[in-house]
Amino acid sequence: MTATPGAFRVASWHLTAYRRFWRMNLLSSLVQPMLYLLGLGVGVGSLVDRNVGSADVLGSVSYVAFVAPGLLITTAMALGAGESMWPVMGSLTWQRGYHGIAATELEARDIVLGHCTWMAIRCGIAASAVALALSCFSETRSWGLIPGVLVAILVGLSFAMPIMAFAITAKYDGAFAGVQRFLIIPLFLFGGAFYPLSQLPTVVQWIAKVFPLWHGVVIARDFSFGDVDWVGVAGHSAYIAVWIVAGIWVAIRRLRGKLYP
Amino acid sequence: MLLRIIPASMIVRRPHRMIERHIVAYKRQWLIVVSGFFEPLFYLISMRAGLSDLVGKVSMAGKQVSYEAFVAPALMASSAMNGAIFDSTGNVLHRMKYARIYDAALATPMSPADVAVGEIGWALLRGQLYACSFLGVMAALGLVDSWWSLLALPACALVGLTFASIGFASTTYMRGWTDMEIVTTAMMPLALFSATFFPISAYGSWSWLVQISPLYHGVVLVRAANAGVWEASLLGHIAVLVGLALIAIVIAARRLDILLRK
Repeated sequence: MTATPGAFRVASWHLTAYRRFWRMNLLSSLVQPMLYLLGLGVGVGSLVDRNVGSADVLGSVSYVAFVAPGLLITTAMALGAGESMWPVMGSLTWQRGYHGIAATELEARDIVLGHCTWMAIRCGIAASAVALALSCFSETRSWGLIPGVLVAILVGLSFAMPIMAFAITAKYDGAFAGVQRFLIIPLFLFGGAFYPLSQLPTVVQWIAKVFPLWHGVVIARDFSFGDVDWVGVAGHSAYIAVWIVAGIWVAIRRLRGKLYP
Repeated sequence: MLLRIIPASMIVRRPHRMIERHIVAYKRQWLIVVSGFFEPLFYLISMRAGLSDLVGKVSMAGKQVSYEAFVAPALMASSAMNGAIFDSTGNVLHRMKYARIYDAALATPMSPADVAVGEIGWALLRGQLYACSFLGVMAALGLVDSWWSLLALPACALVGLTFASIGFASTTYMRGWTDMEIVTTAMMPLALFSATFFPISAYGSWSWLVQISPLYHGVVLVRAANAGVWEASLLGHIAVLVGLALIAIVIAARRLDILLRK
């Protein structure tokens, strides 16, 4: 165990805790996207596809096929964000697991990178579950779901790491409800997952483009439709990566300040 | 005589004390209460800005209406459900198991039924706050037809009452925070398949399944109020919601008695 890098040892700490409730967790990450797909994709889709003008806006694919990659990415966003708020504050102020780790030879960098590794695993599991649900329907089944899962992991981390940095210095947990309501839910609704961003006013489009979600949705959609613009993929991924790296950097600095005052 | 028949735990005398406690407690966290209003608002704006064009016209009560006019009353009903459920599950769990507020309440002359009714009343009040403001937004967006729409408020109160009671009753069975995942997973089909985002006709021969959802009955009521169309069948929908609420309140008070008076 001592031979493994610190980040993996921190990730294995998370894994040990997760063993107690993974079944319920996996079930809901399979069932929830399935329900969304049936409700929004098939149900609302029947309304959308009936409307003649909608085919031009969606690029002549069915609404279910259009929504599917969005669902894959938003699931990872919601997970990465949610798991980096209360659990991080809990480990720092309620249960103080981070202080326990800091008492060993591991330090703040290992904790942050360990959280990053753990989030990559969790987002990978959740996104694979969504991909599995999507591959049950002929309209949404495609090989593009496999790179789509990788994009979902990237997007999950691009929310998890900056939000972890925020959670480390947050004063009380009421702030997290604010993040949830004024950042995550608006991005879920206006981030280009349920309709093309071009439907929205220009100002809203620009705000949505600042955050990594839209970039991920665009790449995932390219992959699932099978027409991939590699330069675009590289550009969007690089932008998402900037968010991850910046988040990690700030989180390490802030956690050091908290653990060794 | 009546007092002899009803067990002491079922007597409701001072539920307002519970509500008073919450008002004092939330005075410093008013932002959390206020922010709850924005979620349905974002949904409505998103539907209006993005999906409405894609969907086109939908037929409702014999008229062709825009998609946002179709969705708005349903969003109002489902946000009443959401508010009531979250207040009566997550918050109640915290107060019951972790903050131990009910133990403190029962050390006073309050009965378990006081606590149950007080909690459900608080969830209702909060829900009405959101319903009023949502109706205001609907009116501002031109989605309200007549003064009959004001009746959507009591309809939402009924939806809130039913779900707050169900939520409170089920919280008494919860083991810990991980069980909240069951709540969110259970609410999702209710929110999606209660004729909220698409008409019940889309289900074809499966439409009886939708009738099982308590939210569906609430959605019908709010839509009827908004359109000002009154039918005798609405009484049936009201009866379903009231019946469910009564059953849940009795269960909740019984369970609280067992849990807190061990």
